[in-house]
Amino acid sequence: MKKFDVVEHTADTGIVAYGTDMPEAFANAAYGMFSLMADLRQVREETSRYIEAEAGDWESLVVSWLNELLYIFDAERIVFRRFDILQVTNTRLKADAYGEKVDPSRHRLRSGVKAATYHMLKVVESKDHCSIRVIFDV
Amino acid sequence: MARWEGPLKKIDDYRWEIPMEYKTGMRVPGLIYASEDMLESIREEQAAEQVVNVAFLPGIVGHSLAMPDIHWGYGFPIGGVAATRVEDGVISPGGVGYDINCGVRLLRTNLREDEVRPKIEELLSLLFTNVPSGLGSTGKIKVGKKEMDDILTDGARWAVKRGFGTEDDLEVTEERGCLKGADPDEVSIKAKERGSPQSGTLGSGNHFLEVQVVGEIYDQPAARAMGIDDAGQVLLLIHTGSRGLGHQVCDDYVRTLREAMQRHGIEVPDRELACAPVKSAEGRSYLAAMACAANYAWANRQCITHWSRECFVRVFGHSLREIGLEMVYDVAHNIAKIESYEVNGKKLSLCVHRKGATRAFPAGHQSLPARYREVGQPVLIPGDMGRYSFVAVGTDRAVKESFGSVCHGAGRRMSRHAAKRGVRDADVARDLAARGIIAKAASRGGLAEEASEAYKDVAEVVEVCHRAGLCRKVIKAYPLGVVKG
Repeated sequence: MKKFDVVEHTADTGIVAYGTDMPEAFANAAYGMFSLMADLRQVREETSRYIEAEAGDWESLVVSWLNELLYIFDAERIVFRRFDILQVTNTRLKADAYGEKVDPSRHRLRSGVKAATYHMLKVVESKDHCSIRVIFDV
Repeated sequence: MARWEGPLKKIDDYRWEIPMEYKTGMRVPGLIYASEDMLESIREEQAAEQVVNVAFLPGIVGHSLAMPDIHWGYGFPIGGVAATRVEDGVISPGGVGYDINCGVRLLRTNLREDEVRPKIEELLSLLFTNVPSGLGSTGKIKVGKKEMDDILTDGARWAVKRGFGTEDDLEVTEERGCLKGADPDEVSIKAKERGSPQSGTLGSGNHFLEVQVVGEIYDQPAARAMGIDDAGQVLLLIHTGSRGLGHQVCDDYVRTLREAMQRHGIEVPDRELACAPVKSAEGRSYLAAMACAANYAWANRQCITHWSRECFVRVFGHSLREIGLEMVYDVAHNIAKIESYEVNGKKLSLCVHRKGATRAFPAGHQSLPARYREVGQPVLIPGDMGRYSFVAVGTDRAVKESFGSVCHGAGRRMSRHAAKRGVRDADVARDLAARGIIAKAASRGGLAEEASEAYKDVAEVVEVCHRAGLCRKVIKAYPLGVVKG
């Protein structure tokens, strides 16, 4: 199954991430976001970070999760390529993210993502198909 | 995206009103500055509906305004201006944006086009190396916790104290590069951690350094006050903001204010319009944190100015004094400010949100430096990298009508993704080179995303503001070379 699609927006860019269940959709949303920032094929799994996010509902949890990853990217310059969702409910997420420090000589970096936003944010959950739509301020 | 079918009532050739009757809950009418030709593209997206949403904000006065560079943004449209009463109105981070104090700084030189053109490649390469740019780039200055707090409190003044530039630079920076009321304790540790490695970096996306040459001069006395004498003179334009620190402050406070809104019993039509009373604890905290981010951005532009000067000195082999790389002005175009205006005959203290809009104070305004007292505040309006930019000055009419605000740039008309489709950086670079413009980009896809075709023509945007009387055109400048983040 496809991990995500890019959706267009006037000044900005968004994604729709897919999964057979919520953990997979959350992992693919993060993968989609980092794909906008770098070519993930060249990124190795050399380090990992444990991440917890909390929010009031599924939608806000998506924003919290993705913005937490952006914070680590800026603060520690780690670009992530794999996400292990250990636990996810509609208000809480625990995950391990794997990647490595940015290396401009080896990584093909694209434009940055400033933030995941609440605009047009949509989480759809059904028996064997989940999707997350999120628009980024880029 | 669905076309916007709401009412646009013609006031005159450049003013279009959205009447309050359009939606129950609007506290003021909307007003969009545009030419008739622009209306079609404005209707293509929901930006006008965002003008309507902003009109719901408690305490809003006058009109919910949009400049001709209006396009869709988060909460507020880009190009949106709204003033709310400090006494009983709200402040919204969505009226400032994620990149707090994204802004532009213009410097003039004594150099002529024919001296610079032969060395432009060398100059751009040096700027590219000397000013950290691109995704994940880190600054050359290492700042600890204490120093970060100094940056957040003192802004550009911190940079000048560290030897990056002079007191003269502060004189011609909006707020002298330091917005009062900044409180670093209101900025999360996360925001500081994001900002710390990025101090003194250009960033990516639409941020740039551009070497320009003066083309047309429309207003000789105003140009002269800016140190611009005639066509052929070389300028430097810097466009960047508060980087990850500002983004985190915005994200933190959109969340805090969304919760606060329920406590204060405020309802708005869009989640990104989260707001709180200006005088509430949450509103005050946001203003204090926003001021910190604004100061961080001014410090950032000040450091970049200093390194750019070093590059010019090295490439042209003259002293800085001979090169005359002096500041014209520095303006914020994503910010909220507490200012006083007369509304319906009453002097009111207002919180003016400018999101993708530039402050434009007229001649005689008390907050202008002596140099610009007689001509008005310089308004810097960059276009896309393939065309041209403008410098204008503010007018009395802007103070009366748009809370001393005017447009900020060209305004996008195409998503970055769409702009990039089937277009390679190399093609864009070749196309620009054919027009005498050298471009260097740190990010892959960076040039394609920012190609001219992705933007409206800034000349049309500026013309509307000029004819509507919100600003007066002073000069037009053309790019010689661009460093894209």
